[in-house]
Parts: sequence; C-alpha cells; structure tokens
Amino acid sequence: MAGAALPTAELTTSGRPILLPNEIECSLLSNVELEPEGSPPLSSSIHLRSSFLILTTHRLIFVSDSSAAAANTASYVPLASVTHIFLLKKSIKSMFGSPRLKVQLSVGSDGRVGGMGTRSIVATLVMRGKDDVEAFVDKFRQNWGARVWEREKESESASSGSSLVVESSASSSGFDSRGMRVVGVAGILRREQEMWESTDKSLQDAFQDLNALMSKAKEMVMLAEKMRLKLLSGPSQAGSSNDEELGSKEEMQDWLLSVGIVSPVTKESAGALYHQQLSRQLADFVKIPLERSGGMINLIDMYCLFNRARGTELISPEDLLRACSLWEKFDVPVMLRKFDSGVMIIQNKSHSDEEVFARIKLLITRPDALQMGVSAGDAAMTLGIAPAMAKEHLLTAESRGLLCRDISPDGFRFYINLFPEIRTDDIYLVKDQGIYATWIKCASSPSRLQ
Amino acid sequence: MQTLGNFKLPPFFNYPPYFTLQPVRDTREKQVQLWKELILDYCKTQKISVIGLEEEFPLFSNPAIESKDLFINLCISAGSLTHEAREAFLAALVSEAGRAEWLDKGHRKCLILWHRIQDWADILLNFVKDNGLEDSVMTVEEIRSGPESRGTDLQGVDRIILMRALKLLEHKGKLAIFKGTSADDEGIKFSR
Repeated sequence: MAGAALPTAELTTSGRPILLPNEIECSLLSNVELEPEGSPPLSSSIHLRSSFLILTTHRLIFVSDSSAAAANTASYVPLASVTHIFLLKKSIKSMFGSPRLKVQLSVGSDGRVGGMGTRSIVATLVMRGKDDVEAFVDKFRQNWGARVWEREKESESASSGSSLVVESSASSSGFDSRGMRVVGVAGILRREQEMWESTDKSLQDAFQDLNALMSKAKEMVMLAEKMRLKLLSGPSQAGSSNDEELGSKEEMQDWLLSVGIVSPVTKESAGALYHQQLSRQLADFVKIPLERSGGMINLIDMYCLFNRARGTELISPEDLLRACSLWEKFDVPVMLRKFDSGVMIIQNKSHSDEEVFARIKLLITRPDALQMGVSAGDAAMTLGIAPAMAKEHLLTAESRGLLCRDISPDGFRFYINLFPEIRTDDIYLVKDQGIYATWIKCASSPSRLQ
Repeated sequence: MQTLGNFKLPPFFNYPPYFTLQPVRDTREKQVQLWKELILDYCKTQKISVIGLEEEFPLFSNPAIESKDLFINLCISAGSLTHEAREAFLAALVSEAGRAEWLDKGHRKCLILWHRIQDWADILLNFVKDNGLEDSVMTVEEIRSGPESRGTDLQGVDRIILMRALKLLEHKGKLAIFKGTSADDEGIKFSR
C-alpha cells in the first residue's frame, strides 16, 4: 500500500481530520504528491499520490482526495520528523512544471516515519493544484520553525511541577513572588492582588490590537477555562454569595460553557476547497446540537450556533447554505430539508416523519385535545421542540390528512381529522367504533358545558 | 342532540374545523360535500329558498362553539363561517348543476333549489292533476297560498322558483301565462 510507512491520521465521519489538542489548521493544498528519492523498497512505502494536504501547527496531513467520505483515508508526517526544508526551486523549468518542494525527513531504522529517527531520506512535495504555493511554503517554514510540539511537552512537565509547588505553598502559607514570606489575611489579600494584576495585564495586552489578541488567544482560552472551573466549584464553598452574584455567575457560565471550534475552516486556510471543507466541518459540528433538539434544527439557529463556535472567523449565511447543500455529494449522516412553507432545517438522515406523526397522533387524541384541539405551542411543549418547528410538523401532518385546522380568535388550532369518518349519504350516522364516536363522547361531556 | 328550531343538527356541527375552510384538498372536498348536504337538508325542512351571504343565516354559525369564550364577540367569532367560506360552499352547490344559482353578479344572494326546477315542474303537474285543475285558470299567488296547495311543497314556495317552473312548463306547452288584472300578479291557464 502506498504511504504504508506513514502513520495513519484519524478522520471524522465526514472526512475531516481529527486534530490533536492545541493543534491548529493553517493551510490547505489540493492535488499534492509525495515523491521520495532513493532506493525503491523504502520510497515506494512512502510514496503518496493525488491527495490534498492539510498543514497544521503539528503535522502535514495527506487526505486521499475522493468525494465519498467513507473511502477517505489519511496519513500524516509529523513536523517533528522534518529535519530540513530545502528552498523552493526557482528555475525556468519550474515555471512551466508543477512547483516542487524538497524536504528531509528522519526515518526510523524500520523505515517508518515518526518516532525516533536514525536515518534520513529526502522527499519531494509535488504541488499540482492551483493554490498559492509560496504562501504555503512560508507558512510551512514558520510552523516548522515554531516547534509548538516541543513547547507543549515542556509546559506539560512544567505545569505538573508547578501544581506541586502550588500545593506545597498552600499547605505552608507560601511565599510571594519576591520571596517574601506572607502570612495571614494580609498574605491572602496580597496574593489576590497579584493574581488580579497579572490577569489585568494579560487582558490589557490582549486588547492592544487584534494581532496581539490572536496571539494571546490560547492564553485567553486557558483563562476562560480556569474561570469556568472556578465558577463551577464556586457555589459549594461560597455560601454567602447573594442572588445578584449568582445571576452573573450563571451568565458567565453560559458564556464560557460553549467551547468553540479550535481550528475553524477559513477562506484563507482552505482556499478553493473552502466550501467543501466547511461543509465537512459543519457536518461534524451539527451532531451534538441536533441530538439536543430532537433530530431537527432550524437553519437559522444552526447559523447562530456555528458562528458562535467559530468565534472571530464568522461565515455568511450564504456560505452556510452552500456548505449545507454540498452535503448531498458527501456521505454524511445529516441533510438539509426545505418545508413547503420555505422554512429550512437540518435533520438527521435517520429522522423519520412517521415517528413524529405517531407522537402527534398520541397528543391529538387525548380527551382535552379532542375537545379543544392543540396549538403549535402545546405541541412544542409535548414534543420538546421549538414552536416554529412544531408548527411545521403539524402542517405536514395536516397535509397528510391526519389533522385539520380551526382558525378562530383563540388562535390557530389543530384537531384530529374527522372528515373521512363522516358519511355524506347519511350525515347523522355515527359508527359505534372509531375516533368520531370517541370525539362525540368527549365533546358532549359535562366539562365542555361548565 | 343539538337542534336549530325543529331541525336536528348532525353531531359534527360542534366540530370546530367544520367551520374553517380546510386547505388540504381531500379534507376540503369532504367538508364541502358535508356542507352541501346540510344546507340542502336545512333549506328543505325550513322552506328557505334564498340565502343572503351578508345576512344572518342560522346554519352558518354555531353558538355552542362560540360560547366557549364569552369575551369574543368582535370581528371574527369562533364557530362561524367567514364570508369566503360561505361563498365557497354555496359556489360548490351552484357548480352542481341545478342545485343552486347566484341571483346577482356580486354573489351576494343565492337561490337554493332543494328541488331542481324540473322536479318543481313535475310537482306542479301532479298538483294540477290531483286537484282536477286542467283547463282552469289560477293566479301565481293562488298556487303559493291557496287552499289546494296547503300541506304540499308548493305552499309558500319562493316566487322566483315558481315562475321558473311555470316558464319551463309554458315552454313545453303545458300551460299559458298571461298578465292578470292586478299589476303584480300573473294568471296561469293550465292546458289538458
């Protein structure tokens, strides 16, 4: 198999790579080939063709370029294994041919990429797509130089160490940053003050300009996470907090609860493949909100949720619509549906109207509903969905002949459809069995007269 | 069982959707059918021949449904047909040949023919035969309110309907219509 020597990258069901913690997607190239030099047994196992390439802060991910998501396979080269990036060749030949970029990779003694390298091979990235290659190479070099993965390891070990320090300092009344021993209420106050100042400083730094904010983004996320944890553990220890405080805490929690998409697909990173990639990412994202809202969600609600999660990289409604309509081409478990009224929703492919109709029927044949009908609001409460959606369901059920409507000053109400049971040749005839007879019993019951 | 005067109402008269024009085709067809039956039935027992769309018509509203909320008496009231619905049901009767006719272009008055004109003509002929009125002369008013017609469908029949039936029979040569002595009454001479 081609590329067997490369580790396999995990993909979501819609064919987007699953990123590592803190990994951020930076750029995307279509139609890239990985062509190693050197002896055949090794090179053939690394050779990869016709795939698109995703550059992240940690890896080069090669995803085989097929439209069916199920057939997608992916492998990656960790940037840590890249030992050298050669200069992009600028010759007359390269002006006409596809741009080629040579990289040196360290390979283990078994010929596998990743892990401890003992040997090194040179491989060429042949970029046949019509993307901005120079920008990609710049970004590649930048990411490789940044060595984010190394810093992570350091911070991991550092954080485990520092937590030990904090614990010990907490137990032995602690020292402040200048090495002065602080004790009692004054010490606690000073520590609080110091913490407050450092938080304040990072906030100020962050808001100096947008670039600074972006570079501070990670710190901000960590700060937000910390605040969230503190808020979650807060109520148990703070018994004296008043209602107002509690309210603002809840509000704060709401803000922080929705943890956004770490690496949103942007026009900048995905280029020509933007809508395709956006579509796949959206398919992954909608799963949880869909489950929560009973298998169906309004497109407008989805737009809000999706953009909320994306933070600053907002998309336009048109982009969302295009991304949704691309689902038909991929093998994803969700679909876009348009109701007769023009309302558009996203629903699971497994979602069936029959199930909803069965529940509506149950609701509509209850004695009080037989008598008074149900409104969209009543149905929304029982079915646990939004009123607008409930109305769509009721209208669909009506068009199938399950319900019929009554418009009165009480509003728009739906009743079980009795018309098919009434005989036109004898309008007084009531069959003993059936919903018509049940309805008459309910309608003439004393509760109506009171 | 609910009644309207001496008219027995069917159970579905208390069914609120019966009073709202249904948008779904199959449901609406059935609803229109039921309304047609009920209107004809009611008009026949109550001897009503003309329904004015802008006038009160007892069949077109159900106080039992209305009364579920006492505060509603303003514009549209519950359990009563809108103008659009009334017109739709009557138009359905009109489109069924010989069951009803609009009396004006604005569709404000509708003539309900619970007997078709042809049936009215047959009733008239039977009436003439039963009473031995061949070769005799009667006024139109006499047919409607005279002692001979008492207890028959002809008693109090709408003048417009009666004139239509008479004209049909004149066309067939069964009788002759001529101007009577009084200005607003015509004389009828039945032939043998």
